Amino acid sequence: MNILAAESANPLLPPVGEIIVGLITFAILAFVVIKYVVPSFEKAFVARREAIEGGLERAEAAQAEAKAALEQYRAQLAEARGEAAQIRDAARAEGQQILEELRTQAQEESARIVARGEEQLTAQRQQIVHELRGQIGTLAVDLAGRVVGESLADDARRSGTVDRFLAELDGMAASGDGRGAVAESNR
Amino acid sequence: MTSSASALGSVLAAEGSGGDGFNAPTIAEFYPEPIAEFSLLGVDFAITRITIISWIATAAILAFLVLASRKASIVPSRLQFLGESGYSLVRDGMARDVIGPKGLPFAPFLASLFFFILANNAMSIIPFAQISPMSKFALPLVLAVLVWILYNWVGIREQGAGKYFKDAAIPPGVPIGALILVTPIELLQVFVIRPFTLAVRLFANMFAGHMLLVVFSLGTVYLLQVGNFSMIFSPFAFAMALAMTFFEVLVIILQAYVFTVLTATYLNGAVEPAH
Repeated sequence: MNILAAESANPLLPPVGEIIVGLITFAILAFVVIKYVVPSFEKAFVARREAIEGGLERAEAAQAEAKAALEQYRAQLAEARGEAAQIRDAARAEGQQILEELRTQAQEESARIVARGEEQLTAQRQQIVHELRGQIGTLAVDLAGRVVGESLADDARRSGTVDRFLAELDGMAASGDGRGAVAESNR
Repeated sequence: MTSSASALGSVLAAEGSGGDGFNAPTIAEFYPEPIAEFSLLGVDFAITRITIISWIATAAILAFLVLASRKASIVPSRLQFLGESGYSLVRDGMARDVIGPKGLPFAPFLASLFFFILANNAMSIIPFAQISPMSKFALPLVLAVLVWILYNWVGIREQGAGKYFKDAAIPPGVPIGALILVTPIELLQVFVIRPFTLAVRLFANMFAGHMLLVVFSLGTVYLLQVGNFSMIFSPFAFAMALAMTFFEVLVIILQAYVFTVLTATYLNGAVEPAH
């Protein structure tokens, strides 16, 4: 196309050849961009996003895990504390109970021992009194017989005298401070 | 040899042949001598320096994109960052934000458009090229027709042919009486005016930008050589050519952006039923 022809050309009516060449040029660029350039960029974008999101997710997961572990530890600690308190309470209660039981047992035992001792004492005393009464009676009659020179053979009178004498002794002892006092005065 | 220089040559020739005054650049600027001419299947092909410039621009942006995206990693290299920034502008700013949730599949096509237009536009200020292939109507037309086919096809696929054409002809919410006016306008708008304006906007901007640059460049040279008092105005013409070059940078980026954003807007209208 020479310049003179161009002078009269309408710029808005391009030759077909130019359109085809332009179309091919653009098609080549579009093909490469669509087929290689954009997918490559998109891949980088996705990788970048995943790297960032993955990092965030990992951090979040780690945080959640740490929180869960802390929570668990706290729960366990609380449980352990509760258990310890329970055990302590139970032990205290048990101790109290054991103490109570022991005390009761000891009291019972001591009461029993005291009771038996008293019983024994009473029995011994009874026995001693009984023996003494017999001996004292015999001794007293013997002594009296020797002093008086006569045999008090009359059993009825003898036993009456002795009994009266012993009753008098008992009366003296009762009017005194007690048996201890009697024992002391006897010494 | 740049087109400006060749125009300058013709100016000087005109002067040499006794022509008087400043020969303003003509539309011949955009019709350089073909480097190769052939006919294939009855279609005439003429490979001119503008065609070569278009190939160089496309090859350069492709090389950049392939280098930037090759071995794309989580931590981007400087080149990858640059490529990603450009792609993200289209992907997030247009495909996702303008078209909406269904927009991401269109991101590769929009990115192709954006990078192709940007690279070809940029040739208008690249030394030794200094003319944008986009200032020839063929390229913008090709792109606009592709966009036109795409958004109509997407509209039919997404909404069904009946609903898509019905919504285009009878926008919802318009009173029946107004349809006499609205229907022809809407049909014309969607099926004729949109692709036409899309192509013409880009073409005319680059065409006019080139013309301005040529006028002031030639003016600078002419005033220098005019040989009289007017010489002192030469620096002003030069300053203007410089200012216009910076202005052209803005136009280069803006037109690439606008073309892509409008494409996204049309796709949005096709993807979503009219509201």
